[in-house]
Amino acid sequence: MLVPSVQVAAREIKTTGELRARVACTHCGLDVPAGLIEAGQSEQFCCAGCRTVYSVIQQHGLQKYYSVKQSAGALSRAAKISAREYRECDDPAFHSLYVRDAAHGMKSAELFLPNVHCAACVWLVERLPRVVPGVVEARLDLRKGLANITWQPELVALSDISIGLDHLGYPPLPARSAQARAALRTQDRKQLINLAVAGACAGNVMLLAIALYAGAFSGMDASIHSFMQWVSMGLGLVSLAWPGRVFFISAFKSLRAGVVHLDVPIAIGLAAGGIWSFCSTLAGTGAIYFDSLAVLVFALLAGRWFQQRQQRWAADALELLFVLTPTSARRVTRSIDTEHIEEVAVQSLSLKDIVEVRPGESFPVDGIIVRGQSAVDESLLSGESQPVDINVSSLVAAGTVNLQGVVRAEVLACGENTRVAKLMKLVEDAARRKAPIVRLADRLAGWFTLAMLLLSLLTFVLWSGQGLSSAITHAVALLIVTCPCALGLATPLAMTVAIGRAARTSILIKGADAIQSMAGTGTIFLDKTGTLTEGRMRLAWFDGPSELIPTILAIERNSSHPVALAIASGLSTLTELPSDLSIPALDIARIRQIHGRGIFAEFEERTFTIGSQAFLEECDCRMDSRITDSIAQALAQGLSPVIVAVDRVALAVAAVGDPIRNDARFAIDQLKCLGFKVGILSGDHPQLVAQVASSLGVDSRQAHGGVSPEMKLQMVREHHAEDSVIMVGDGANDAAALAAATVGIAVKGGVEASLAAADVYLGEPGLSGIVELVAASRRTMWVIRRNLCVSLLYNALAATLAIVGVINPLLAAVLMPISSLSVVTLSFRSRTFVNHVNPREESSVRQAAVTASENPSPIRPPEVLACR
Amino acid sequence: MSVIFIVLPIAIVMAAAAVTAFILAARNGQFDDLDTPAHRAIQDE
Repeated sequence: MLVPSVQVAAREIKTTGELRARVACTHCGLDVPAGLIEAGQSEQFCCAGCRTVYSVIQQHGLQKYYSVKQSAGALSRAAKISAREYRECDDPAFHSLYVRDAAHGMKSAELFLPNVHCAACVWLVERLPRVVPGVVEARLDLRKGLANITWQPELVALSDISIGLDHLGYPPLPARSAQARAALRTQDRKQLINLAVAGACAGNVMLLAIALYAGAFSGMDASIHSFMQWVSMGLGLVSLAWPGRVFFISAFKSLRAGVVHLDVPIAIGLAAGGIWSFCSTLAGTGAIYFDSLAVLVFALLAGRWFQQRQQRWAADALELLFVLTPTSARRVTRSIDTEHIEEVAVQSLSLKDIVEVRPGESFPVDGIIVRGQSAVDESLLSGESQPVDINVSSLVAAGTVNLQGVVRAEVLACGENTRVAKLMKLVEDAARRKAPIVRLADRLAGWFTLAMLLLSLLTFVLWSGQGLSSAITHAVALLIVTCPCALGLATPLAMTVAIGRAARTSILIKGADAIQSMAGTGTIFLDKTGTLTEGRMRLAWFDGPSELIPTILAIERNSSHPVALAIASGLSTLTELPSDLSIPALDIARIRQIHGRGIFAEFEERTFTIGSQAFLEECDCRMDSRITDSIAQALAQGLSPVIVAVDRVALAVAAVGDPIRNDARFAIDQLKCLGFKVGILSGDHPQLVAQVASSLGVDSRQAHGGVSPEMKLQMVREHHAEDSVIMVGDGANDAAALAAATVGIAVKGGVEASLAAADVYLGEPGLSGIVELVAASRRTMWVIRRNLCVSLLYNALAATLAIVGVINPLLAAVLMPISSLSVVTLSFRSRTFVNHVNPREESSVRQAAVTASENPSPIRPPEVLACR
Repeated sequence: MSVIFIVLPIAIVMAAAAVTAFILAARNGQFDDLDTPAHRAIQDE
């Protein structure tokens, strides 16, 4: 057979022939794949998921969804349904964990819906009572993706409700256990209430204080003066005893534990000021400081609340950890001669049980394969995108994804004993053991308050020679003018502004601590797969006759193996197919997949063999020197060659691999310029890691391959002992290391576990965000230092003037806000994170959750595969 | 000036009422989700 051979880089193949007309999916509006277009039908669907959701919507008269979606301007997304039966939802074990009793004998539960993303989703989910009779109410929290469902247990079961949600395109997952969630919510509310009370007290005491100072200056009736003092004492004591008690409790706890905590000086300052003012008020002489104290409490609480609000989503993201392993399993029970498969909750599995796992599902337990063969995506544990072949007696881990065949596994460990659960435990531990970074401003504000109280005492003593009233006046002036609110505001404000600006550039920063530690230098460890590389198999180049492409495409589309998917998507994006006819209609029965090796297909009297070199050699295929050269070239580039043979003659080579990101080299050079030591920590083969390291200019001694998640954690801890460590990663296998590092950075496309463990999330793919992050952190720290300097200098100057007696209380009351104002202005006008226009800013957190839960591996739910 | 003895307590009581209202609202969960109600309001049937 003579086919003219052409060597083309895959992307150079040009479009020939006319373009195929686009057909939009009736449900989601995305393009319908050529093979699925039904001639003459007005309704077209891109996948089975969209078809199901569309028919459910039509059936229940919910067509308004489409107009809501249009007016909300939501991005199109193909509906994803899982077609599960949700039997585990009716399990008593499941009920006791996730279901609460509601009023009138009803039940309620919170379900996590990873797929909700827009206003139209809110509308559709909240119409659930129409779709599933017996559901009384459905309320959705869009930001968290949590739906609160209330139903009548005698009319409908939770499994039916779950199926209903699934058929609307929102496969539900149980959220965190009802108890834990309630505790978290109470805590959130308490914090908000504390802040409100502190704010109200501070505002009113300040008003009274202004009246008192003005009165001291212009003369005030003694009875009114003492009345106002009593009222402000009342408000001040409320502020100290209610919202302010958090400082006392925390200080008391730290003292009892024998460590001096940041809250100790604050508590001492508050207590000293409070007692002194209390005695002064009782005695009717002397200065009272309730205004300063109440404002201090409010400023400190507000600063903390702002920071915690930014960190709130971290706690929410933690819940997604539950998504890692499925909540249900198919248990196979055998009686004498019949087999029975039932869907049960993972909690009710025990050792030695046999579970069945279908393609596209993840393993619910750690186990040993007893029947079937398949390939498994272990990226969750190893971080590697290359699937691993499994056979009878192979070990599989919970959370890894079965890619190809139906397999049965015997349970070796389940629940908390699985490897992934232990890994998550490590993540939690690492996060808890991480030393808190001393908040400079908190410490300063505490000591500052104490110092000012002592200084005012000194002033009082110095001026007491000239009469009591003069002494009081000067001491009070000092206290007002040196009100620590500017100091207390300096750091949180600059941090909050920086975090807000960062969010606009798709960089989400969980805590202000991260900014502080990233401004320094240290070691930065990068994960290879998914961080330095794109993390999924892609067709790098295709060398062979272009006439073969349509046939290869048609054959590879029948396989769900990631390499086949990579070739199919690579070839189809490179060539715009002339028409539907150019994809030969292959008879699927004549395609044979040899597990983990390759594919055989017969077409137009010709035999096609596609697979690895070893596979083709086994099939006695001839390879000429051009083909072997291509194979050698692919191997030298760290790519896997896939060879195509027609009638046992090798004609083409497709190189498949995980390419290095374009900006990796530049970013690494930049980081080195900024003074970081750059290293690689990867679970991939050491040789491959060394290759990547040398091509990126990373010191080979700092490039570690074949590292397990536990070893990653260990190495980060070792370096952390000496220096600050920044860890950049994307997978669950990096999560523990991310949590243990001084700063953990998760990159886009990562799984939830890494998201939860990291301090920073980069919402845009690539490494340039890290460089920007470091540079911006340094700018932010500079702004903070400037703020602190300005407010300290201002206060020092003002204090000196007050001690000398130049400033009287009224002038002080005018001067005081100026320091706060200057700090506020300086913070807002500073350029920390450069804002380039990004339309996706606000939804990036949810997007993160959604993209992650859409499964990082390139597999789709089985029925979607079936229809492609 | 003695009117201040009446007005000031009234002002404090009003402030206390406002704080109480806020606390009740917070305990009721009105500040738990600040995003979704905005979407809900414009699409009610």
